[in-house]
Amino acid sequence: MTKFLEVNNLSVGFPTPDGLVKAANNVSYSVDLGETLAIVGESGSGKSVSNLAVMGLHNPINTQISGSAVLNLPTGPVDVITADTEVVRRLRGKVMSMIFQDPMSALHPYYSVGDQIAEAWSLYNEGSKKDGLKRAQQMLDLVGIPAADKRVNEFPHQFSGGMRQRVMIAMALVNNPSLLIADEPTTALDVTVQAQILSLLKDLQKEFNMAIILITHDLGVVAQVADRVSVMYGGQVVESATADQTFYKSIQPYTIGLLDSIPRVDITGSHRLRSIPGQPPSLINLPAGCAFAPRCSFASEVTDNKCRVVEPELVEKRADHFARCHISAEQLLDISASRAGK
Amino acid sequence: MKIEKGEKMLKYISKRLAYTLFLILLVSITVFFIFDLLPVDPARLICSKQCTPQIVEANRHKLGLDVPVLEQWWRFIQGLFAGRTYGDGDIAFTCPAPAFGYSYPRHECVTTMIGKAFPVTLSLALGAFALWISVGVSLGILAARKKGKFADRASSVFVLVGTSLPTFITGILVVLFIVLQFNIVNPLELGDWANPFTDPFGWLKAFFFPCATLALSYAATYTRFTRSNVIETSSEDYIRTARAKGLSEKVILRKHTLRAALAPIATIAGLDFAGLLGGAIITEGIFGLNGLGKMSITAVLETYDLPVIVATTLIASTFLVVMNLIVDILYAFLDPRVRQS
Repeated sequence: MTKFLEVNNLSVGFPTPDGLVKAANNVSYSVDLGETLAIVGESGSGKSVSNLAVMGLHNPINTQISGSAVLNLPTGPVDVITADTEVVRRLRGKVMSMIFQDPMSALHPYYSVGDQIAEAWSLYNEGSKKDGLKRAQQMLDLVGIPAADKRVNEFPHQFSGGMRQRVMIAMALVNNPSLLIADEPTTALDVTVQAQILSLLKDLQKEFNMAIILITHDLGVVAQVADRVSVMYGGQVVESATADQTFYKSIQPYTIGLLDSIPRVDITGSHRLRSIPGQPPSLINLPAGCAFAPRCSFASEVTDNKCRVVEPELVEKRADHFARCHISAEQLLDISASRAGK
Repeated sequence: MKIEKGEKMLKYISKRLAYTLFLILLVSITVFFIFDLLPVDPARLICSKQCTPQIVEANRHKLGLDVPVLEQWWRFIQGLFAGRTYGDGDIAFTCPAPAFGYSYPRHECVTTMIGKAFPVTLSLALGAFALWISVGVSLGILAARKKGKFADRASSVFVLVGTSLPTFITGILVVLFIVLQFNIVNPLELGDWANPFTDPFGWLKAFFFPCATLALSYAATYTRFTRSNVIETSSEDYIRTARAKGLSEKVILRKHTLRAALAPIATIAGLDFAGLLGGAIITEGIFGLNGLGKMSITAVLETYDLPVIVATTLIASTFLVVMNLIVDILYAFLDPRVRQS
């Protein structure tokens, strides 16, 4: 079965004087209409970089991109990695949209929010500027900005952070795109505002039957909205499964480490918060074998120092549950269960 | 709500206008006091070889220097609005309002002198302004777009040459190797005034090279400034947003990048232009143009001509403070964030 967006073996590298920075390494994921895929990982794990490649927003002069990212449009599939830049540009804003982490700086300070939304609308619709502003007002209303008829003429600096992110969402959705990539949309916002923005995204997804890719490092956010989760580490996808599987039956040491490091109210009894020792790997010189091995508490369970020598593949360890690890799913669950018992 | 905003703006502008007027008055008083402190006595300077204390005293009275400084200033202000008669008896000269004074060394009303010199200075300033803005800004944009490529490197050579060559060097080089070499202007006619409306070609002949000379260093500075502003703005998040919307690179540059990158340049350009309206001393000197710059430097260094010094200082500072006001208002229109506060 083909999904709406299928990213296959996508690699993104940035040549620097010190060598090629492999920001994303054979990344594969897919998301269908009406589905939310969360991509989780720490800073520099390649989650933003691979999605900027999908949007075609990397500067071709200083970026090396390979692999494919196919949008299965009603008119036929388009690979945005190999397609002509002008073709990809005409997909941006219409078929796929993106919202960014910092709503404070993502809006142009010199234009009213209405102008900025109307500009996005008029790219793909015939109509006067007045029609565009009317549409902008509708969109502001839709994303829950009160007194939209007045606020449509106001400037970004007159809005709070949460309201600006709503404006960004209104602008991204003005042409009813099929895919919305949200790059840490709530990171810069208060927790209460975060919840509002997330439920807004959920509601809009139902209304427009959109595919959403949510890039985040916040597992709480993932638990709230994601259908599927892809965990990234060192430029690679290390685990990919449904949200429930990821949270309750993770079979990848890095994911297990992440889950151990956050407080959870769904587990009864006391449990200690454990941090993952060490530093994220250098993307210029990735360690041999498994990129996570130097920090992995399970690596010692594998014989022959295999983790430090052989790079594990992303394989389907259980039904619809992919992980990149030399240890079998059962063994991993056993070990972590016995550790939790201690 | 719109009306309320307009009223607020009007209130702000009138407040700034009052402040500006006060500043100009302060400058004029200061000029009188500074001149009073100078160890030079103009009354003695215009005295002939057989000088007696009586003649010096008479000269002092003639020049209006025999009363306290504040009264001298007050007479000057009165003269501005009502006109003024200088000297008395047989040797009285009357200048109609606005009277900036009477220049004894030149035997002319200062207002008349300004009337002759100002068009020259204005021509020079306007021509140079047009040149340096068009060359500097477009070269800066080009360099930013072609960052690291040949066009960028070529422009950085231009910036280096333009900023490091002083005007008196470029001016002399231009006169020696272009104007005289190619016999473009008769050396005797160098600096002759031509009315741009009746004789546009003559005006161009007289003013093109001085304007280009004056514009060179400004153009270089503006190239560098524009380049760095455009590059900086291009990496802003809102430019990435514009790209994510699906806008073409052309629209992004024109509507999003340049709007933000050029707003600060507009304000600096306004002040630079106002600075030149007070006279460009070096350029006017090299090309023999009789503008305000030459007029004031002659008055300061050779003739100690107080009325001329007062007038030129006042004109130069008035242009600056008024342009400051204009630029502030302009910036409020350009940047909505300023409008609020």
